[in-house]
Amino acid sequence: MNTIDLVVVAGGLGAALWVNWYFFHAGRDVSQATMASTGSRGEQEVRIVVKGGYEPSTVRVAAGRPVRLVFDRQEASSCSEEVVFADFGLRRFLPAHQETVLEVTPAAPGTYPFTCGMGLMHGRLVAE
Amino acid sequence: MKTATSPPPHADSPESSEKIVIPVTGMTCAACQARVQRTLTKTPGVREASVNLMMGSATVAYDPAAIAPAAIIETIRSTGYGAELPIPERTGFDEQHAHDQSLDSAFRDLRRKAIASGVASVIAMVVSMPLMSRLVTDAHAAGMQGASDPFVRWSMRVFEPLHRSWLAWLFEVPPSALAWALLVLTISVMGWAGRHFYTSAWAAFRHHAANMDTLVAVGTGAAFLYSVVATAAPGFFLRHGVVPDVYYEAVVIIIALILTGNAFEARAKRQTSSALRALAQLQPKTARIIRDGSERDVPIEQVQVGDVVVVRPGERLPVDGSVLSGSSAVDESLLTGESMPVTKNANDRVIGGTINTTGSLQYSATTLGAESTLAQIVKLMRDAQGTRAPIQALADRVSGVFVPIVITIALATFVTWFVAVHASSGNAGGAAVRALAAAIAVLIIACPCAMGLAVPTAVMVATGRGAELGVLIKGGEALQRAGEVTTVVVDKTGTVTEGKPTVTDVLLAPNAGVTEDEMLRLVASLERSSEHPLAAAIVRHATERGAVLGTPENFRSLTGRGAEGVVDGRSILVGNEALFREQGIEVAPLRADAERFATDARTPMYVGIDAHLAGVLAVADPIRPTSRDALAQLAALGLEIVMLTGDNQRTAEAIARTVGVPRVVAGVLPEGKVAEIKRLQTGGAVVAMVGDGTNDAPALMQADLGVGLHTGTDIATEAADVTLMRGDLLGVVQTIRLSRRTMRTMKQNLFWAFVYNVVGIPIAAGALYPAFGLMLSPILASAAMAFSSVSVVANSLRLRRARFT
Repeated sequence: MNTIDLVVVAGGLGAALWVNWYFFHAGRDVSQATMASTGSRGEQEVRIVVKGGYEPSTVRVAAGRPVRLVFDRQEASSCSEEVVFADFGLRRFLPAHQETVLEVTPAAPGTYPFTCGMGLMHGRLVAE
Repeated sequence: MKTATSPPPHADSPESSEKIVIPVTGMTCAACQARVQRTLTKTPGVREASVNLMMGSATVAYDPAAIAPAAIIETIRSTGYGAELPIPERTGFDEQHAHDQSLDSAFRDLRRKAIASGVASVIAMVVSMPLMSRLVTDAHAAGMQGASDPFVRWSMRVFEPLHRSWLAWLFEVPPSALAWALLVLTISVMGWAGRHFYTSAWAAFRHHAANMDTLVAVGTGAAFLYSVVATAAPGFFLRHGVVPDVYYEAVVIIIALILTGNAFEARAKRQTSSALRALAQLQPKTARIIRDGSERDVPIEQVQVGDVVVVRPGERLPVDGSVLSGSSAVDESLLTGESMPVTKNANDRVIGGTINTTGSLQYSATTLGAESTLAQIVKLMRDAQGTRAPIQALADRVSGVFVPIVITIALATFVTWFVAVHASSGNAGGAAVRALAAAIAVLIIACPCAMGLAVPTAVMVATGRGAELGVLIKGGEALQRAGEVTTVVVDKTGTVTEGKPTVTDVLLAPNAGVTEDEMLRLVASLERSSEHPLAAAIVRHATERGAVLGTPENFRSLTGRGAEGVVDGRSILVGNEALFREQGIEVAPLRADAERFATDARTPMYVGIDAHLAGVLAVADPIRPTSRDALAQLAALGLEIVMLTGDNQRTAEAIARTVGVPRVVAGVLPEGKVAEIKRLQTGGAVVAMVGDGTNDAPALMQADLGVGLHTGTDIATEAADVTLMRGDLLGVVQTIRLSRRTMRTMKQNLFWAFVYNVVGIPIAAGALYPAFGLMLSPILASAAMAFSSVSVVANSLRLRRARFT
């Protein structure tokens, strides 16, 4: 093994570490969470833009009250065509370039993750 | 509630009037309410306005020809309060429509792009052949390694002679010009047809997420960048002993193949909800109703409860209702799965969306809009298709970490190949090229989509297929549990039997002195005054036979024994043996018949006329014609069957014998049913309870799978996991068969999706190279990837045509 081999091995290892750090650990900061706003009838409401991911991806809501989630899907890539709330047993199709309203009620405080249909895009509701 | 209502200012022409409910904000007191009210009433075109302070709403009847809803909103706003057009509640029909349109346009878009990039692929192949042929010759002369895609090399060998004779001039063009032309073509394909792979991958990347598009984007992107360097700086490659080979045609072909696969997938996904779409399309747009004495066609939204609806032969019934007059056979097969048309007479319930076949009917509209049977079914099915089956949990966990892990494997592949080839050949450039090809193949072949589609597509197709059969399954979880059921508990009354007692036998005593019809008429006339369910059966039977009933005098109900009274001057006695013994009337001539009825689950009732035995009637709750067959089929499926009933042991056993059920639990109250199910569950059984949704609700809830027979107007019985639109047990057989079959499909799909990746990725990485010298071309990898997810959806679609009877 000469220098060039070592460079390739080190580069590959570094890239692998970075990939795993970037996709599994980075960007999971709760402090960037968005608070749900209060709608006209006192319900909690959040608008989530769906485009390669969820924006905002972490939403803080009050537990025990219904939350209206307005998913605005701004792309046609089939990867994001469904949103899944496993804790609520919910899978919903999101038509491209349209808003889809979903209502869930997180009964107890805790973290309720949601993903795309394939489990590749992640978001979560943090009920407090 | 405080409501102010204004008198209708123009009550003359009621036909062109529409009604709208507008939410009004900012009203705090009765004065506010009155102000809005007054302003609205004075507005031209408004017929009637009713403002409600508590509800914060204004109900406005208006003439659509004179004023538009938007103008009404403006009028309210002019008073200083807020108003907005109500957002119409999206019905299941609308949602289904939006879903279809979205998938439709995705399919058309993908198809267009797939065709265009397919054409571009052919051009790329044609152009790259002379280029490669030259490079290979040069490389051979210089003793260097060629590197292009093995699939392309193979097709070049096959087609080159043909190519040389047809397009000889192309071989005269300088290689660098060909390379630049290919570069332009590739950029166009990537920038237009494949654009969404890159934008989606980038958008996901910014969210620290990686998806299917990430793999395609990184794979084709790496091949493209490599080729650009080879085109722009071939000298760099030659200095390192590598042919400056380009991968453009591979990039274009990979994009074309993946788009083709995606287009097929979009079309197949659209088909998974075809059953639901068919249901949604059953809703007619207009109804013919009688208003002001004449028939007129009105939009379906304007039909009101109580409107008289007219349907002619061959027409679809627009709304639910109750028949007023006419008689016809109605084809309900699309909603209930019942293949034979059902005869409808006065007072029978009809369902909107079914087809009137032979006669004409007039009926009064009952449930409308979102409460209608069809709308409820569509809603239930849409909700069902949006649920998850627990079996999916593993696939979800794997696909959640899939893409980053595949990228890691691709990096490892690159490093391994580089080090290995470099050690054996000493040529770092050649090693890098081989390593890159293997890494790209890994990225391209990996497919998380098949895993993600394995279960949901099966749930979609299965729930839709169920709906076609009249079996409404509430979702993936219910479907999965139905497949695991070991014991079926059936309620007797109304489930195994019709739940509607009818007269089964009429026998005259020797020397009765009356005809059968006359005896029946006299008894029915007496029983008119009784509230006993058996009495109702006798009255119905006599009326059906055309009897004109008289009025009873001195009616007396003798609890637990029978009834007596006077009809047309004759004294009538109806009841059991005890009653007749009490009255001193001998029943011996008919006793043997009466006992035969009793052992046969029929209730005998003696009839006495003027203190003489005239005959005996038998009333029974008839067993549904399909029960026996259905229970036999359930037993054949290996299920334990238990019948529960509140009836006495003797009747219950008679019924159980007739239908062939070995285990009967008689005399149980509703709480007793729950306890019995619990007992079975403690014994390790997975219990399905079949009963009517209202009376058996607690038992349906307790069971692992509650199967409710659709009886009233409410489809979505809270307690039931499965609702059978057709009131018979064959639906249970279909439920079990369908769910078992669906579970098999899900398992096949998951197995295929996992095995595909587990086998495909190592082959792409070159696992077979040391033993067989086999490397996978990235182009073949992309073909495999594209069709792996299509095959999963196609497998789910097979459920559409499966038979379950």
